[in-house]
Amino acid sequence: MPRSWAELLGEEGAAPEPETERAGLFSRLRDSLSKSRRALTEQLQAAAFDPGDDLSWERLEEALLQADVGVPATAELVRRLEERGDIGALADEVAQLFGEPPTLDVRHDPAVILVVGVNGTGKTTTIGKLASTLSRHGRSVVVAAADTFRAAAEEQLEIWAQRAGADFVGSERGADPAAVAYDAIEAAQARGRDVVIVDTAGRLHTQTNLMEELVKVRRVIERKLDGAPQETLLVVDATTGQNGVQQARLFNEAVGVTGVALTKLDGSAKGGVAIPIAYELGLPVKLVGVGERLDDLRPFDPLDYARALVSS
Amino acid sequence: MFDALSDKLQSALGDLRGRGVLDDEAISRAMREVRLALLEADVNLEIVRQFVARVRERALGEDVAKSLTPGQQVVKIVHEELTELMGSGSSQLAFSPRPPTTILLAGLQGSGKTTAAGKLALLLRKDGRKPALVAADLQRPAAIDQLVQLGAQAGVPVYADERTDPVKAVHDGIERARADGRDVVVLDTAGRLHVDEPLMEELAAVRREAKPTNVLLVLDAMTGQEAVNVAKAFQERIDFDGVVMTKLDGDARGGAALSVKAVTGRPIKLASVGEKLDALEWFHPDRMASRILGMGDVLTLIERAEAAVADDEKEELERRMMAGEFSFDDFLKSYKMLRRMGPLQGVLKLIPGMGKQLEGLDQVNEKELARVEAIILSMTPQERRLPRVIDGSRRKRIAAGSGTAVTQVNQLIEARKQMAKMMKMMGSGKMPQLPAAGMGGKPRPSATRKSSSKRKKKARR
Repeated sequence: MPRSWAELLGEEGAAPEPETERAGLFSRLRDSLSKSRRALTEQLQAAAFDPGDDLSWERLEEALLQADVGVPATAELVRRLEERGDIGALADEVAQLFGEPPTLDVRHDPAVILVVGVNGTGKTTTIGKLASTLSRHGRSVVVAAADTFRAAAEEQLEIWAQRAGADFVGSERGADPAAVAYDAIEAAQARGRDVVIVDTAGRLHTQTNLMEELVKVRRVIERKLDGAPQETLLVVDATTGQNGVQQARLFNEAVGVTGVALTKLDGSAKGGVAIPIAYELGLPVKLVGVGERLDDLRPFDPLDYARALVSS
Repeated sequence: MFDALSDKLQSALGDLRGRGVLDDEAISRAMREVRLALLEADVNLEIVRQFVARVRERALGEDVAKSLTPGQQVVKIVHEELTELMGSGSSQLAFSPRPPTTILLAGLQGSGKTTAAGKLALLLRKDGRKPALVAADLQRPAAIDQLVQLGAQAGVPVYADERTDPVKAVHDGIERARADGRDVVVLDTAGRLHVDEPLMEELAAVRREAKPTNVLLVLDAMTGQEAVNVAKAFQERIDFDGVVMTKLDGDARGGAALSVKAVTGRPIKLASVGEKLDALEWFHPDRMASRILGMGDVLTLIERAEAAVADDEKEELERRMMAGEFSFDDFLKSYKMLRRMGPLQGVLKLIPGMGKQLEGLDQVNEKELARVEAIILSMTPQERRLPRVIDGSRRKRIAAGSGTAVTQVNQLIEARKQMAKMMKMMGSGKMPQLPAAGMGGKPRPSATRKSSSKRKKKARR
């Protein structure tokens, strides 16, 4: 059973989501993953798999590498499966690398979600979708345009905020992003809003000065509101290769990432880099983006993803 | 991680020395390292396989085993093969004899098309052309605003209409450019997934309407194994002529570039290397090969240094560096220059063998500049000129004067020593660790010097 928003948001006694919404994700995720030319299964038909045959293990290894799982995590998966001598356990082992299904902590007053990532991963779009979903789940939302660098970033977020029915806090281009975050929290407190989502400019994790700027944004949020930000989400593009691990490592060192949002899973990329991010750095994936529509952001379910990855 | 590829190959092949007979097992070990390095760099698995087979063949065929440094020989073979794989094909754009020349940019969402369009327009304007930008991204909220703002920064007109039909937008944009006497039109299209049939059809329609002189695929350097499928799909539908590689200023090794070239035969033409609008460069295959191998990129380093250093201070500093007279004054000066050359971590990566040679300096982070400066300014002029006079008690005084710990002073002194040593080795033509492999030349020490002095002359003219 795929994970529901109520589970992700830790809502107790919430009415179960309509079947259609639940079924939607799994089938859509599987559809999108199967668009890939060579699905994993094609290469590792369980029936044809012979644990005694080196070639079979090599094919497994290559399938994982082609899904961007990377060398260390692939080696670990192969090692675990070799121990069990059972290829059928692949989905299970992949899911285990992800750990327990995570939750998104929005039960504060207000809760602050800081959204970070490299350029072009889909931060603003993800925020638009998240704001819309939170609204549907009865949370009032303020979005803060703290991307004061990219041309027209603010306009883009404002359009998403309107679509999501969220309040919008902006500023001049070139303004101090920390000040925008501060204003947004203040606005949320004054108006009694539940969640503040802070959009930040995309930055390469190697740009020390821009990472320092991000540290400052976080620090200002911490000082403005005790316990905030409750969540710091790193947005990772599913087409990203092994550099994604380095992105996660450096963003985590700078601002303490609490979870990953894996976007653009509707292409043929399998987003396998999420596996080493979880395995090597212990950062859980919390959200997946599977399409362009407002409701195409879904809670991440490790086993569900692993099954879709393996059996598509 | 693979800055140490040459070290690993060295150790995998090192025991061959003197035996004269090529050990198949040692070669296999070395090939495993090559394979890992390429996979870690996101080179497509299929290509890795073919590539390793070819390198293995050459490694067995040549006198690698007899060489004093079999590891270096293999690195050289790998580097040559990589450059070869990426090198063929022109990095030039085609210009139409009947203006306006049209350049169509296409790619996935978030690959950086709009930013690349703005940068390309500026590059063309600086080349003395009269470019215009046309907004055909009618999908993403505010994409047109973004292009309009970039056009304003680049000093290039932007033709945009809030329409729903990109084909019409492209048609009208090109007409307006022609009427206004613009000679190059850069067309920015909406990002799309290569598996999204309706949007790919729309792009094909835009291409038919624009009849572009150049079609460029914009590709994120951080793309993983999927790059090949993306490129194939775009090639089938719109048949691009070349690739613009974006976000190369990060630490992604850019194996995607190699994969795309290998699979489609289309060269990488341009590389985007920074946030600023002027950070778009013509692509150099040999430098990319070095980057994928983690071997550093001396030519880019030299170019950036030349751009960052004022002419008069340059020659003197160069002379002193090469002579190994690298005082703390020089250290401070060069440290400040390094900062002008871009993010320090990126700059350090350009230096071959950096990881091993300069472990002390590797720890130096940009925010430590203030501390480094404080330490050096707490030295007497004599100490700065002749660092060897700095004994224990002087170290204590310097630490107290700069508000740092003695260990930090020690670290800096050690870093300067390492740096001076390396400068001297470069000056004498001996590259530390890597002879000529990083330069794409012959493994003679003089190859290093020749190419760098040629560059210098050119720059001085």
